[in-house]
Formats: sequence, structure tokens, C-alpha cells
Amino acid sequence: MPSTHQDSTILTRRTGLTLLAPTFAFIGLFLLFPFVWVVAISFTDRTLLGAAAADPQFIGLDNFRQLFDFDSWMRSGEFGRSLVLTVYFVIASLIGQVFLGLGIALAFHRRKGFLRETIFTLVTLAWILPEAAIAFTWTSFLDPNGTLNTALGAVGLTRPDWLLDAPMASIVMFNVWRGTAFSMLLFSAALGNVRPSYLETADVLGANAWQRFRDVLLPMIKAQLATALILVTLWTFNVFTPFLLTQGGPAFQTDIMAIHTYRIAFRYFEFGQGSAIAVIVMLINFVLAGVYLFALKRGEGAR
Amino acid sequence: MNLVRFVLARVGFSAFVAVIAAAFALPLLWLILAPFHDQATLSVSLPTNPTLDNFRAVFDNQFAVRALFVNSMIQAAGAMVLTTLVATLGAYALARIHLPGRDVFVYVLILFSSVVTGSAAMVPVFLLIFRMGLIDQHLGVILVFTGGLLPVALFIMRDFMQSIPRSYEESALVNGANQWQMLRDVVLPMTRSGMMVIGIWAFVNVWGSFLIPFILLRSPDKMPAATATYSFYTEAGTPVITLISAYALLYVIPVLVLYLFVNWKYGFQFFGGIKS
Repeated sequence: MPSTHQDSTILTRRTGLTLLAPTFAFIGLFLLFPFVWVVAISFTDRTLLGAAAADPQFIGLDNFRQLFDFDSWMRSGEFGRSLVLTVYFVIASLIGQVFLGLGIALAFHRRKGFLRETIFTLVTLAWILPEAAIAFTWTSFLDPNGTLNTALGAVGLTRPDWLLDAPMASIVMFNVWRGTAFSMLLFSAALGNVRPSYLETADVLGANAWQRFRDVLLPMIKAQLATALILVTLWTFNVFTPFLLTQGGPAFQTDIMAIHTYRIAFRYFEFGQGSAIAVIVMLINFVLAGVYLFALKRGEGAR
Repeated sequence: MNLVRFVLARVGFSAFVAVIAAAFALPLLWLILAPFHDQATLSVSLPTNPTLDNFRAVFDNQFAVRALFVNSMIQAAGAMVLTTLVATLGAYALARIHLPGRDVFVYVLILFSSVVTGSAAMVPVFLLIFRMGLIDQHLGVILVFTGGLLPVALFIMRDFMQSIPRSYEESALVNGANQWQMLRDVVLPMTRSGMMVIGIWAFVNVWGSFLIPFILLRSPDKMPAATATYSFYTEAGTPVITLISAYALLYVIPVLVLYLFVNWKYGFQFFGGIKS
């Protein structure tokens, strides 16, 4: 029976659209409208207070020209510098999260029991506990006299003041810790679908661990690998949580894009300028999400 | 030879697990120990005289109590109810009526919600809420969260709805129920577990989020625990670590409890990938 026939017997179109109305209202108001509006504001000199707040003027591409002013944009605290820092932050976090997540999933592949439960619970809690509480416990962890330095001291290593001496490394560590769970859960679910007989065949053929991974496991998790790479990039690009550790400092050394946007729009109240940044950020997001859909689609075609 | 390899593999595995366990557990140590320490600082030490004084200090602080038990609760519960309700009705309609492009619709929404996100999205959203006169109101926070959570909630709910057989609804209609009665007496009861999952997920998300209330709320008596944690300073401007540590632990507990509940009831994998 064609599904359209079944559909119409249960719910009339009118009732269906009534039920969907709140959904459309929320989507329209809080997703579509902001998306369109932010582009409009980015062409103005809007601020929160003062004359430019009541009557913002159209200034064309001035905000964008200012962002991409190649004489100054690489200075510390400027847009270009923030982009570069964000690229560092995203790439380092991406490598850390995906490798660590894959490593944990592989280590516990086809294992059960207390050890696995403990590790999976810890890694998952790191992901889901409220960021404000986590930021405090991490501030303590990275403190000159914190747990990290105590551990480093115990094995005879130096004890830096992490948040001052190595702020970027600190927020990367933090972000890897915070986000590894996603890759771990994704890969571990994918590995769970690998047929045991494949691995047995590999064993019979005398494959070593690396060959087993490359020839049997890797092809089975290719799609998840693509998903993890793109989604983690997208999320990390937009993550604001490091603000709670460093406020973007010291001296703008951790002024990643989300923090930069916040600072321009909500500290300096330069909404025109902030909107221009938001437009660029959303464009980059759009490209990343597009790549993701493309990869998904190609994955489906290949199957 | 085989034995050597076996032993090496065991040792390698144990070392890897030990390092991972330490790396993920050690940062949490402060959160577990400091609240019971009579002189908690940012460094970690075993509380030699374990005490509950820090918790007493929290409960004596009206601002702290209000943020945690009233404001966080209103905002998280409000967004939970609204998200679940809107997503359930919308997803049901999407699963049962024929709209051109309805399968693409949900994917496009998810895509869009990951584009309009973070502090970039907060720029226009702040101005929108400002125009609506909802700055510094619980309602503003609830609406913005609901808008953000809705695409994923719809996605999960729609999957869930499609797994429900249509025969119950059909027989309700045959027996003379109108569509609203069918919805109330047949559909909603059958989707209860899906609503539960969405509800918990939405609650945990809102409870733990910092950015949205940080930007949309101004006055201390509206702040949820997420932002209130950052306002416990002495008059000299140093954070009151004893109070903060106990407060952070109290603040984390509901999420822990819900995690354990979900893990016990559904298995956590179901959650995988949907936390944004």
C-alpha cells in the first residue's frame, strides 16, 4: 500500500499542519530569522547604546573591510590572529579527540567488564557534566600547585604555570578531555558491528595487529571516521567553553573565534562588527556542514 | 615467542588503560575532594578533617540557593517541557502526514542548527530577545534554548514515531474518536518513553549550558547556577573557593543522577552523538 494513502487516513493535512505550527514558529524565529538578520546587521554600524543603536546607518562592506584589513588583522586580538589561533586549536583538538577516542574504542573492542565500564563512564562524564563546574575543576587541575603539576613533579618533570605559560596547550588539553567521548562512543558502536568471523579469518591468515586494523577494522569504520572528523571540527570551531578557563587571554593568546565574537559583540557592544564576524563564522560552518552532508551522501551511494 | 607477545600485549594494554584512567579521573579529583575540605583551595589535598561546613555555607547563601534550586530549575524544566511538547507534536505530524520534502526537512534543520550556533548565533539572537523585551527574563532563556534544541529533538522523535504501528490510531478512529482524542489518548501515551529521552536530554543540556544565560541575563536574582558559580567573590575580588567547590558539586549531582538513570534504563549509547 502506498504510504500516502495510509498517511491521509490517520491525520488530516490541516491537523498535521496545526501540530507543526509551533515547530515552524520556533525554527523561523530562532534559526532562520537570526541567520538572515545577522547578514543585514553586518552592513550597518549598529551598537547597543547611543545614536547608532537607535538609528543604525548602512555602511556597506565597511565592517568586512575592517576585518580583512591586511595591515592590522594579524595583530594580537584582531580577527585574522583569532582565525589562526582557531585553526591551531581545532586541528590539535581534532587529532587529540579522534585518535584518543579511536584508541580507547580499539583497546576495548570485544572486551566487557568492570574496566571497560569504568573508563567509558569516566570519559562520558567528562563530556556531559556541566561546563561551569568542569571549568573550575580544570582550573584547579592546571593550577601551578594543581594535580597535573603534582603528577609531573612526581616523575621528575618541570611544573609550568599552565594557564599563563602555555594557555593554548591548556585549552587544547581541556577540549580533548571534554570531547573525546563522542569519538569513543561512535567508534566503539561501529566496531561492535564488525563480524567476529572477519577477525578470525585475519588471525588464521596470520595478520598482525596493524594489518588487522588496517585491512579488517578500518574499512568498517570509514564512514564514522569521516563523521567524527567533520563534526568535531564543526563543534570545536564554535566552542565557547575555553572562555571559562582563560577568558581568551593572557594577552589574547587563546582568543579563539567564539571568544573573539563574544568580545567584539558583548564586551565592546560593536554589533555591526560582531555581526560581520558572525556572518563569516556561519559561512565557515555552512561549508563544514555541507562537506558533512556530501560525505554522508557519498557514503550511502558507495554502500 | 607467543608467550612474550602475549605478555607484552597485556602490559601495553594495562599501561594504556592506566594512563587513560588517570588522565580522565585526575581533573575531577578537586570536584570530589575540595567540597569536604575545611580550607579548600585550588590545589588538591586529602581533607584531613572532612567537614560539611562548605555545604552549610552554600545553603546559608540565599543567592546561591536561589540560582541552583529556583532559577536553574525554572529554565531547565521550562525548556525541557517546551522542547518535548513542540518536538513531539511536530514529529508526529511529520511521521503521519505527507508533505513534499518532509524527509529532507529534518536534515536541513539539523544542518541549519549546526550553522546558526555558538556565540556567532548569539549576536542576532541577543538583539531579537532585546526587541522582544525578554532580556533578563527566564522566558527569553527558555525560548532560545528551545529553538536551539528543537532540530535534534525533532530528529530523534521522528525516528521514534516511525517505529510506532499505525493500527492503534486507526482503530481509535474507527471507534469514533476524533483526531484530538486519538492524539491525547493513544499517541501521547505510546510515545511516553521517547518523550522521556528527549526531556532528560533537553534538561541536562540547559542545566549545564553557560553561554546563553550568560548573555541573556543581567540581574543576580535570575541567574542559574551555571553563571552564579562565577559570582562568588570576596569583597577583595578573590573567588571564595570553599563555597564554589561545594556549590559545583551540588550543581553536578542532578546530571550524574540522570546519567545513571539513563544508563540503567536505556544504555547510554542511545545518547551518543546527540549531545550538541
